[in-house]
Amino acid sequence: MLDATQNSSLPARPGVGYKAQHYSDIMENPGPLGWLEIHAENYMGDGGRPIAQLRHLSERFPISVHGVGLSIGGEGDLDADHLDRLKHLVSWLNPASFSEHLAWSTHDSHFFNDLLPLPYTPQTLARVAAHINQVQDTVGRQMLLENPSSYLAFAESTMSETDFLRELTQQTGCGLLLDVNNVFVSATNLKTSPQAYIDDFPLEAVGEVHLGGHDEDADETGAPLLIDSHGKAVVDPVWALLDYTLARSGPKPLLIEWDTDVPAWSILAEEIARADRALALVTS
Amino acid sequence: MTVTQAAFKAAMLDPAAAVPPGIVNPDGAAASKRFDVYRNNVAVSLSDALETAFPVIRKLVGDAFFRAMAGVYIRKHPPKTPLMMFYGDAMPDFIGRFEPTKSIGYMPDIARIELAMRHAYHAADASPIKPEALSTLAPDALMGAKMRIAPATQTVISNYPIHAIYLANTQTDAPKPVMQPEAALITRAGFDPQIHLINAAATTCIEALKSGQSLGQAMATADDTVDLGAVLGLLLAQGAVTEIY
Repeated sequence: MLDATQNSSLPARPGVGYKAQHYSDIMENPGPLGWLEIHAENYMGDGGRPIAQLRHLSERFPISVHGVGLSIGGEGDLDADHLDRLKHLVSWLNPASFSEHLAWSTHDSHFFNDLLPLPYTPQTLARVAAHINQVQDTVGRQMLLENPSSYLAFAESTMSETDFLRELTQQTGCGLLLDVNNVFVSATNLKTSPQAYIDDFPLEAVGEVHLGGHDEDADETGAPLLIDSHGKAVVDPVWALLDYTLARSGPKPLLIEWDTDVPAWSILAEEIARADRALALVTS
Repeated sequence: MTVTQAAFKAAMLDPAAAVPPGIVNPDGAAASKRFDVYRNNVAVSLSDALETAFPVIRKLVGDAFFRAMAGVYIRKHPPKTPLMMFYGDAMPDFIGRFEPTKSIGYMPDIARIELAMRHAYHAADASPIKPEALSTLAPDALMGAKMRIAPATQTVISNYPIHAIYLANTQTDAPKPVMQPEAALITRAGFDPQIHLINAAATTCIEALKSGQSLGQAMATADDTVDLGAVLGLLLAQGAVTEIY
């Protein structure tokens, strides 16, 4: 049985979601950057520049492999071919961490390229736990599971998200990836308290923290509807929620995620510096 | 009250469908605009993947047209795997049958070139032999020799000037296309795929070599318009031959 509290060999330093256009900047002037995260699916080709760059980067930085396509919450079986591709990537790269999402993205062999929501029920819990066990057995290592951004709720849910995640760590020994922006987005959208969510979250199982930007919209009643877009700077209330979290969890590996409208390296470097300062506040 | 993933999917892919009962806002009321976030994310992310995959097609038809066409494509050909880098394999045939584009004869073949460039970019790395390796072969052994061709190497043949059209839409100083049949060879010596204009009959020859036939057999598949020496020279110079055996 894996131990959910032994969950990451990433350093408790700032990391960034790797984009190929930043390759030279990262190699020449990483600043406080301590590690990199890649999306697993972008490195499942047979060769070429992406794989070669990843090999070079991995000689210099710890790498976190973050999957976006496994559909761990899917009602159907996991895609065995995709699981094999993941196993292959993890086995040659030997990354410091491997993570995926509490979501589904495939149904009847139809992949949607989005992270779709789950009701929190004992039935869902049993299914997700079985899938996590299958992933960890196949890939041969512990995985981290990321909390989603929620836009809506399921009337059928009987558990809170934090209880659901805690139960998964206890049943499977998986660790957790705490996305603080997702916490803020979900709490705003579902009219709950982000601090209360952090208070309820099993922080001892957290192996990595994500920070990203979101878009602001409103639903048909005029209530705020935040959308997890990864296309902007992290907003001040999310930085404040990070401080709140780190004060309780202690230092954690912090990732800046910026996946759409990707800015120049100098802009990301400012976000990385700010994450570094947040860590300094809790590092004795 | 249980919302199955089948019901979620059906409603997500049909903008006119009602949101499944059981999906609610924080006040317990129906949440259609919230559900639209997923409808939008799925459509936009798949459409973006196609834009990335087919920049020349997009340039040829324009942004608005491409978006509309992608909207039809993603419903007809949803991805079967999470590998977005290879999404769009059915695009050439789709364009050839799609009512507004089916009369534009060269378009499917341009899409084939874009697919080939993309597959070449992600193909397995290869260790090419030196271009002079062929000259060390005894003349009587030449026709029986076989070649292993680098995995990135691909050909596209067309009744239209696809090489010229591709260049005119990817390079600033490319000459104006002239109406004639053209064939293209795609190779990848380092990390960046390159496109070359080749004789149409030479594609048969190259495909024969790829399938493991000897030089003599490959030559027999081509007509006398093929300069085998030039074809081999191009393959060798572009690092497309990994072994002679």
